[in-house]
Amino acid sequence: MKIAMTLNGETIEAEVEPRQSLVDFLRGLGLTGTHSGCEHGVCGACSVRVGGQVVRGCLMLAVQADGLTVDTVEGLSQSGEIADLQAAFHRLNALQCGFCTAGMLLTAQDILATNPVPSRADIREHLSGNYCRCTGYQAIVDAVAEVAVERSGG
Amino acid sequence: MTAGQGQTGRSLPRPNARRLLQGKGRFVADKVLPRMLHAAFVRSPYAHASILGIDLTTARAAPGVVAAWDGAAIAAHVTPFVGVLTHMTGMKSPPQPALAVGTSHWQGEPVAMVVARTRALAEDAAALVEVDYDPLPPVCDVEAALAPDAPLIHPALGTNLCWERRIDAGDVDAAFTLAAHVVERQFVFGRHTGVTLEPRVCIYDYDASEERLTLHYSGQVPHMMQAVLARHLGLPEAQVRVIAEDVGGSFGIKIHTYGDEIATAVAARLLQRPVQFLADRYESFLSDIHARDHRVTARAAMGPDGRLTAVEIDDITGIGPYSVYPRSSAIEGNQVLNLTGAPYVIPAWRGRLRVVFQTKVPTCQYRGVGHPIAMTVMEGLMDDLAAASGRDPADLRAINLIPDDAYPVTSPQGVLFTDLSHQACLTRLKDLMDYDGLRAEQAALRKRGIHRGIGLCSMVEITNPSPMFYGVGGAPIAAQDGATVRLDASGSIQIGSSVTEQGQGTETVLAQIAADVMGVDPARIGVTTGDTATVPYGGGTWASRGAGIGGEAMRAAAEALKAQVLAVAGAVLQVDPSALNLAGGAVVDRAGQARITLQALAQMVYYRGNELPPGLAPELIATRHFRVEGMPFVFSNGAMASYVEVDAETGFIRLLGHWVVEDVGTILNPMLVDEQIRGGVVQGIGAALFEECLYSDDGQLLTVTLADYLVPMAGEMPDIAIAHVVTPTRTSALGAKGAGEAGTTGAPAAVMNAVNDALRPLGAKVSQMPMTPERILRALGTVP
Repeated sequence: MKIAMTLNGETIEAEVEPRQSLVDFLRGLGLTGTHSGCEHGVCGACSVRVGGQVVRGCLMLAVQADGLTVDTVEGLSQSGEIADLQAAFHRLNALQCGFCTAGMLLTAQDILATNPVPSRADIREHLSGNYCRCTGYQAIVDAVAEVAVERSGG
Repeated sequence: MTAGQGQTGRSLPRPNARRLLQGKGRFVADKVLPRMLHAAFVRSPYAHASILGIDLTTARAAPGVVAAWDGAAIAAHVTPFVGVLTHMTGMKSPPQPALAVGTSHWQGEPVAMVVARTRALAEDAAALVEVDYDPLPPVCDVEAALAPDAPLIHPALGTNLCWERRIDAGDVDAAFTLAAHVVERQFVFGRHTGVTLEPRVCIYDYDASEERLTLHYSGQVPHMMQAVLARHLGLPEAQVRVIAEDVGGSFGIKIHTYGDEIATAVAARLLQRPVQFLADRYESFLSDIHARDHRVTARAAMGPDGRLTAVEIDDITGIGPYSVYPRSSAIEGNQVLNLTGAPYVIPAWRGRLRVVFQTKVPTCQYRGVGHPIAMTVMEGLMDDLAAASGRDPADLRAINLIPDDAYPVTSPQGVLFTDLSHQACLTRLKDLMDYDGLRAEQAALRKRGIHRGIGLCSMVEITNPSPMFYGVGGAPIAAQDGATVRLDASGSIQIGSSVTEQGQGTETVLAQIAADVMGVDPARIGVTTGDTATVPYGGGTWASRGAGIGGEAMRAAAEALKAQVLAVAGAVLQVDPSALNLAGGAVVDRAGQARITLQALAQMVYYRGNELPPGLAPELIATRHFRVEGMPFVFSNGAMASYVEVDAETGFIRLLGHWVVEDVGTILNPMLVDEQIRGGVVQGIGAALFEECLYSDDGQLLTVTLADYLVPMAGEMPDIAIAHVVTPTRTSALGAKGAGEAGTTGAPAAVMNAVNDALRPLGAKVSQMPMTPERILRALGTVP
């Protein structure tokens, strides 16, 4: 099927198989910053933003994104939208292997958009659909909390 | 040691994390090679079955399919592997083919493979492979597997017993007879697995024109894989190159030889095209190694003075149908035997280990390797003894922990310990967590019907192993590692190491070490790891050895390069080299004045060698290797505590706090050490509370998605406070011990003791991991 979408700010058209997931489609375009972890909607490694909402790229078909706006970690990096989060993650070592990181960043950006001054418990709850095997989560929570303070002028 | 430049010991963020944060990682599944094909595997649906026939005709005709093979066809091109270490006397394991031939021995064992243009097409065609199975009796329970009439998994072995070991030291029987207090308990440790977020993945690329095989590898041990591939595919080692770039988690899972990956190598060689295999999550659960699966009966005796007099354990462990190649699957049980009671003075000790074949996924080394079992058993007995004798658990530990001034100490099992600090760690832990304050809070809340518990764990961790681990047993696994340091004409430093990076920060720590010796900013240091074509030969990353062994090699290499630089500088400046040093990117004199920059010196050596005195070699590069001598292992030690609340109505456990005091010797990067500990603690909590590979009685794995198999997520995890005691190891100039497995080693024991401390007033005790709400309620008698 032929689809079109606004991907990281650029309009693209593509021919896709109806059964192809959005994450496989994006990775096939070379956007390999988004990862496939469990293919079951549990781990959050495939998180991307569709129409402003963070969704699981493994549970959405590419054809379902037809006509929509899709943002990935590559786009958010290039636009600078999450530069402060990336800096805080780096400073506090809120990643080890880096496989979950794109999903964590998108989900962190999501909570800060909806809850600008979250508690640690709020952050943990919001990130509780993103699996990280390496860090034990604490540094990730620390990084998001720091950026929340920075963004709210604290 | 060299006059430090203050880089080691500093919490330097990892330079290589920046690109991961931008989505610019280079993971194996991100690579697309020209003409690359994709493999999918047909896996046995039975725990145990005869394979009467495999029909590949329909699959071969399916769209996009390039080739399909059964186990026998693959076996014609690769020799089978035998996961036996010769120093573990009497150990047995049969030859394992890459894909099952004739009989399948676990649900998930690969029996056939299909290679197609895309993974989706390969999976479509794999579903068309027709396999005629005749089910055989599954052999799941380890006790039943040893019964005289049990079906034999490998009839040629004549037994389902892989290995047995006994240790008997001191007069155990007398100690139990004379004891003031004896406690006994049976522990059950469920199977769990590593659940790396990036599944196992490989790309094999065979270039027939040069007869050269390249593996794009997601793993920890490039040189071991080079040796394994060369041996079993019949290639000269020099014709096999292994390249590991970014690895999306490993934890021991990706350190083993997997038949599906080896079959992928065969496919690439036969097709003369790159072939990728990427496991999906279902395959990961059915084919990644599992770990644990131990039942331990244990008892301890104590005198009236509160001192331990004897410990006895009996461990039976199920390892699946094969001992995994080349590390073997008996190591975990052996660690349980070697390390149970390690922190304590124990006059008499007896133990038996039985390692048993069964028709489940093979088990092998995963983060912690036996340590969490050894610690949970001993720490559980310590708490039972405290309860039996009315002593405080921390006080009882203080009485029995090896005194910090007693080293070297050899345990009853014959394990040598030195440079440890159990007493100091326990004292520091009590202070860090406000032990007395928490006990008061616990007592006050108990009166209100709130059941909180405090659990302690004193622990050791095997780190920086010598060749006594694997090399002595004939495995192609190096215990030494090498480092190369090079000064380039630009004045920048390039370093290479045979230890590998999976996100721990290995590359950062190596750069810090080189930066200190060479007197440069770490930002001016480029790091290469993971490529057998370019780095020195070495063991890679396992057993918490990267910083301790790889770091020491790096220090020595940098010192050797520094000596070269100072020799050149001395000749050029007409100064005795001993009066010179390196700092700030330059050669400096005793007053600290810069005399010549590294860049100027390097350019003179490389571009204008005519200005150098005759005979001075035009080289600014050094390689050094390091192995631990004089001790089989360098142990680190620590003490941990967990604080939990148990809901007696629901069986749910809330983690309220976790504290760790760890002695990893010299700390090279405090932030990275603490993050290793935190991540490890959370993996240990997963084992204690959530994670289990559950099987049906007929050997069907019931937990094959992340919706069935629970892993720790952010919402349930506590913040983890960490402090350090520093006792450098005398085996290296750097003094660094390992830190990678400490958290996983100690956390399960601390959490189980905390849960039982909460349950004690209710007369309940749980001795099985994971401690699910159902098991808590069963312990409470709420459910049958």
